[in-house]
Parts: sequence; structure tokens; C-alpha cells
Amino acid sequence: MIMGRLLAFIPLAIAVVFGGFFLWGLNPDRDPNNIPSVLISQPAPQFDLAAIEGLETPGLSRTDLVDNPGPVIVNVFASWCVPCRAEHGVLTQLVENDGQRLFGINYKDKPEDATKWLVELGNPYEKIGSDLNGRAGIEWGISGVPETFIVGADGTVLFRYVGPVVGDEAISKFREALTQAGALPRG
Amino acid sequence: MTPEIGHFALALALALALVQSVLPILGAARGNILWMQSARWSAFGQVIFVSIAFGALMQAFITSDFTVKNVVENSNSLKPMLFKVAGTWGSHEGSLLLWTLILTVFGAAVALFGSNIPQALKARTLSVQAWISVGFLTFMLFTSNPFDRVFPPPGDGFDLNPLLQDVGLAMHPPLLYFGYVGFSIVFSFAVAALIEGRIDAAWARWVRPWTLAAWMSLTAGIALGSWWAYYELGWGGWWFWDPVENVSFMPWLMGTALLHSAIVTEKRDAFKSWTILLAILTFSLSLLGTFVVRSGLLTSVHAFAVDPERGLYILGLLALTIGGSLALFAWRAPAMEPGGMFKPISREAGLLVNNLILATATGIVLFGTLYPLFYEAVTGGEKLSVGPPFFNGAFIPVMLPLVFAMGLGPYLSWKRADLPGVLQRLRFVAVLSVLATLAVWYLTEGGPVLGYLSLMIAFWLFLATVREWTMRIKLFEAPFSESRRRARNLPRSAHGMTLAHSGLAIAMFGFIASTVWKSEEIVFVQPGAEISIGGFDVTFDGLERVRGPNYFADRGQLTVNRDGQFVTTLFPERRTYPVAQSSTTESAIRSTLAGDLYASIANPASEEVSEQGAWTLRILYEPLVNFIWIGSAMLILGGGLSLSDRRLRVGAPRRKASAPTQVAAE
Repeated sequence: MIMGRLLAFIPLAIAVVFGGFFLWGLNPDRDPNNIPSVLISQPAPQFDLAAIEGLETPGLSRTDLVDNPGPVIVNVFASWCVPCRAEHGVLTQLVENDGQRLFGINYKDKPEDATKWLVELGNPYEKIGSDLNGRAGIEWGISGVPETFIVGADGTVLFRYVGPVVGDEAISKFREALTQAGALPRG
Repeated sequence: MTPEIGHFALALALALALVQSVLPILGAARGNILWMQSARWSAFGQVIFVSIAFGALMQAFITSDFTVKNVVENSNSLKPMLFKVAGTWGSHEGSLLLWTLILTVFGAAVALFGSNIPQALKARTLSVQAWISVGFLTFMLFTSNPFDRVFPPPGDGFDLNPLLQDVGLAMHPPLLYFGYVGFSIVFSFAVAALIEGRIDAAWARWVRPWTLAAWMSLTAGIALGSWWAYYELGWGGWWFWDPVENVSFMPWLMGTALLHSAIVTEKRDAFKSWTILLAILTFSLSLLGTFVVRSGLLTSVHAFAVDPERGLYILGLLALTIGGSLALFAWRAPAMEPGGMFKPISREAGLLVNNLILATATGIVLFGTLYPLFYEAVTGGEKLSVGPPFFNGAFIPVMLPLVFAMGLGPYLSWKRADLPGVLQRLRFVAVLSVLATLAVWYLTEGGPVLGYLSLMIAFWLFLATVREWTMRIKLFEAPFSESRRRARNLPRSAHGMTLAHSGLAIAMFGFIASTVWKSEEIVFVQPGAEISIGGFDVTFDGLERVRGPNYFADRGQLTVNRDGQFVTTLFPERRTYPVAQSSTTESAIRSTLAGDLYASIANPASEEVSEQGAWTLRILYEPLVNFIWIGSAMLILGGGLSLSDRRLRVGAPRRKASAPTQVAAE
């Protein structure tokens, strides 16, 4: 009888353990999409991308990311990606108001579409590499578009943000990372 | 105006649900018949008000009312009408409304058809059902109101995810929800029985039709979802062990166990606490499914938008429902007296094996699905993912013994079976299964041992099931007229079992053949290229651009020949939806019973290749893949036959009302 009573409690006990894990999992700081990058604290990967055809902005390669006076931002974007459109304004602000240097990787995008997109929304990018076949995307290990990296002055990848830097929480997280990298003044 | 009516109707439904969650159960405790009977009217009222709300939302979608936020986010004026209607349940809020609607429909169905159920049990069951209603209605009204307005209204909507614009998918959620939510009524019955402290054979008989109906819908929903993944996603597979698939599969496994364990409770008055536990767990897993999809706990291709507040609310709801019912179980179940005794070799023991294996399989799927979360919690943030290798490796070896036992089970008699006698009768079946497998081995060019073993067990199940049926009706042993008479006299549930069990065997042929003997080619092609696969010669003729209502597409043309004879022309498409800014793959399939020839095209992967006008072409040959859907259909039909058994008929017994009340009075 005692055994029976104990046995009958087992399902409840298991359910409570599961519930505990779920409660932990709901922590708003936890993001199942936040996949740690193997690139963090590693030198930026080798890549060499031509400019977008028909656009004045020069192409982008690894040499542009080393020996800079300060950290730079590398943003992976595409004209077919809707969140990128939302993110575009945030990045433009970072360039225009905070004097950040922004490089772009145009991921699997048709040159004419990318050009049209940049003409329509403005072009805050210093250099843009056209990654038509997604090869550089593989080197950078991106899981989707947009993704944004902060690369240190010596070419070390310092930070990776998956998804659009849109909304107060994401922006403050990203600015915090920029501050830590020394690209933004503290306070 | 209409959206406000919908909103108001939801509030009214909540008020009724609140009354129904208290009054009938109090009435049952005090013996107040009037209070108990109030459940009938409040259950009807709930279904009416939630239907009004659902209708209001649907109307907003049909008329493209872009002042409603939900419509803006999930619809578009250019969308075909069918998908405007389906958009009603395409979003988080809308699907929740559908969930609640089905919940109230089941409540009302019990109120309407459950005339043979004792008053007190019915009142308690409906009160428990109303508790769930209250939970979901408040969830909707407080955190996910589908009728929120937006100002100023935008000119047009964002469009539904194009992947979801498919007829199969439009029907997939309703069926799946019917299954999920159908188990709610079984859960309510179980909790009511625990409160009452009495479970007997009659209880099992009242619960069985609801279990069967829910199980059939869930089977249909899963099969349809898998069919959709196969035809629409363009990946050429029918099951991916994705978390969202798994959470619908777990209630199915548990529900299947429940279906069988309830038979023992009904026939032999045994397995009582086990049946109750399974009823609770099946619905708990359905709730878990709803929770995982909406909370952002796990990543998946088809998760809804994530919102931590919603997640917390659902977790609270889950804690109350699952924790509460399991606590009640822990408190009351030990008091239930054990029923009929049985020997280790008997029908009961066979069904016990069935239950244990199905529970283990559910545990494996649950563990694999949630392991990434557990791992992350324990290691403090490290991530991993559990993929098909784990599930295939752990699940298949557990299920094979079950399928073997399935062949044997129906031959065993209740209480005590004669195993040597049964084996004697199955000698030919065993020999035939081995011979059939050897024949396949001879005809195919090889494959893994597990494949042949699985195939042998599938043959075994099919032959043993058919043999059992022919023995019962004495086919070929007695004159045909005699067999026909016997077949007519056999209970429909027996025919149902034969159909469902052999359906599983048929589906297994599909699973095995399309996994083991599938061939696949991925090539860059230019017009004129030729590929040979599965005995077919495929020529890529070229590509043209076509226009659809809300998309444009690149359509490839492939000519298929076999031995120099023209077979068919395939037109795989790559569609781009400009408004939703995404694209889908529409694969082209030549489907026959022997197998599917499956072609899809994708944008060229590299720059140099694309300049030459080449495309990535993927061609698959999946043998016997249609057996999966045929087998699934047999499972559903088998369930339906069993449901139509006279013994279980839900609404009909009014004519001879005396018979069921006798049962109820015992």
C-alpha cells in the first residue's frame, strides 16, 4: 500500500521537474536562436568579395577588417530580407549619429535588387561585398540574414548578433557590445 | 463593429465557463439535480458564443478588414479566398480561438450525446471541461486577443507565410486540434472519475468513443502534416523529428496506449489507475504541444511568434492542469481496487506489453525533444540539437517488438492464453513472412539488416492480422455464405482492429521502402542535361517564367522516359511571393503506387554556374511512399469502424434507453 502511494506520486514528481526546466527556459534573456559563434575571439575569416555590380561602393575583403584605427561593424544583409529593411534605419543612425564604420556583406542577392534597395533606403555602408553564392556567408558561419558582427581593430571578431538589431532591447544590447569593444564612449 | 461583437462574445463565453466550472460540480456533491443540469445549457451557450467570436474573426479575414491587427499581420487582399478563410487559424491568436472553439464543441457534444452517462459523472466532467475553457479564454482575452484593432489601418496586409498557403496545410491545424482537444474530454472524464473515486467497466465504455474520435483526428492531422511536409516543403521526406512534429506524435503514442488500456478496463475491470494516468498524460502532452510551439522554448521551422509573457501564462496554465490532475491522481489512485487477475500469457498481458512499449516510446520522443533544453539548463548555456539519428536509433528498436507483439496479441484469449496453440496457428504466417522478406532481398540490390528485419516484422503483422480475421469468419474453410454471415455478425470493432492493424503494416512498408531504397540525385543542369534515376531517364528541357495570383515563378520542364518510352512531363516550380518577401519550392511529383518520382529546382548555387543559365535540380525516387498515406487512411477508417460499433454508439441509444441505464446503475 505504501509502495502504491509512492508509485502514484512519481508522475507528479516528474511533471514538477519538467515544469522547473520550462520555467528556466522561459527566462526572457535566453534566446534559443542565440547560437554561439565559433568565431568569437578568433580572427575574421578569409574572404574576398567583389563590389555589387553597378554600384560605386567598393567590394569587401578580409584585408579591410585588419589594421583599422578602431572596431568596425560588419552587417550581413539582403534586399529580399524584410527584417533587414527595419534594421537599416538603426544601422544608418549608428553611422550618422555615432560615427561608426559599417561594412556590408550583401548575401545571395541580385545586384540590381541590392542597388535598388540601397538607392531607396540610402547607403550607410563604407564597403559592400557581393556574396552572390553565399560562400562568404559559410565562412562567417551565418545562420540567416540579417546578422551583425563587431570586428576589433586587429581583425578579431568580438561580437555576433543573430537577427535584426531592431527594438530597444536589441539596440541596447548591441550598443553595450560596441561600448565594450571601445567603439562607443562609456556612459 | 463585428470584431467588437466577437470580443464581447468571448467575454460572455468566459462568464458562462466560470459558472459551469463551479455550479455542476457543487450540484454533484450536494445532489442538486438542477445545478447539475445547468451544465447542459452553459455548455451549449459556450459553444454558441465562441462560434460567434470565431465567425466574427473569419468575417474580418474574408472581407480583409485591415483595421484588425491580426488580419493585417496574416492576410493580404490578393490572397485566394480559401487561404483568407484558412488565415483565420493561421496565426497564434486565431489558432487559439480555434482550439477553444473545439474545446467547447466537445463539451457541448458530451452534454448533448452523453444521455447514458450518470448525471453526477457528467456534471463533474463538464465542470472540469469548463476549467480548461476558463484557462484558455482568459489566456486569449488577457494576452492574445485576436480582435485587437490597429490605427491607422494600413492599405494592405503582410500576407500569410507562403509556406502555409497550401490546401493540405489549411486543413492540417483543425484536424490536429480536434485530436489534441478531443483528448481534453477524456481528461475531464478521468479527473471527474478521480473526484468521484470510482472507475468501472462502464466508465471505460463511456470514455472510449471520445478517445477513438480524438485519436482518429490526431492520426489524420499527423498524416496530413507529414503529407504536407512531403509535398510542400520540397525536402523529399515525410518525417523529420522536428520538435513540432514530435509534440503532435507524443499524444498520439500515449493516446494509442490509452485506447488499448481502456479495452482492458472495459472488458476485465483491470488497469484502472493506469488508464486514468494515461488519460491525464495524453492530454498533458497535447497541452505541452500547444505550449512548446508558442513559447519559444525550442527552435523549430514552424514556431509561432515568441512572447515570454504568453509563455509564462501557458506555463501557469500547464502547472495548474497537469500538476493539479497528477496531484489528484497521487492522492486518489491508490484507493482504487485492482480488477480481474490474469496470467502472464493472456490478452491482458499482451496489452500491458503494448502499453509499456508505447509509454517507453513516448518517453524516448519526449526526452529527445526536450534534451536540448535540459542540456542547456544543466551546462549553463551550452547548446546542442538532437536529430534523426538519435530518434531513429532509439525509437525503431523499441517499436519493432511492439509490432511483433501486435501480430500475436489478437490471438491471445483473455485471462489465460494457450501460447503453444497460438504459435502453432501462426507457423505458416511466420514461414510466409520469412519467404516474403527473402524474395525482397533477392529482388533488391541490398540494404541495411535493420531494413530487412523491419520488413519481415511488417509482413508478419500484416499476414497475422489478415489470418486472424479469415479465421474468425472461417474464410475458405466454410462455405462463402457462412463466412459472409460470420463477417456480418462480427462486432464492427473487430473489423476496425483488423483494418487498423493491417493499415499500420501497410504504412510500415511505405516507411521502410522509402527510407531504405530511396535514390537521390542533386545536379547542376543546363537545358538538355540528362539524369538516370530509379530506372527513369530524365531530361531537363529548360525554364520559363510564369505568373500566379500573388506570386511569380520559375518553372522548369522535365521530360521523363523509361526504356525509351515517354512517361510524363514534370514541371517543378520555384515561387516568389513579392508581398511576403519569401519564396517556396513547388516540387513536381509523378505519383504511382510503386513509388514517387519527385523533382524540385532551386536557384543556382554559384555565380559562374548561374551565368550559364544552369539550375540546381534535385530528383528523388521514393519507392512505396504512398503506402504511408494509404496505411494512415486505413488506421483512421479502422478507428471509424470501431467507433460505429453498436456497443459504443454515442447518440443512438435513446431508442432503447433502458439498456444503457442498467449499466449505469450498477
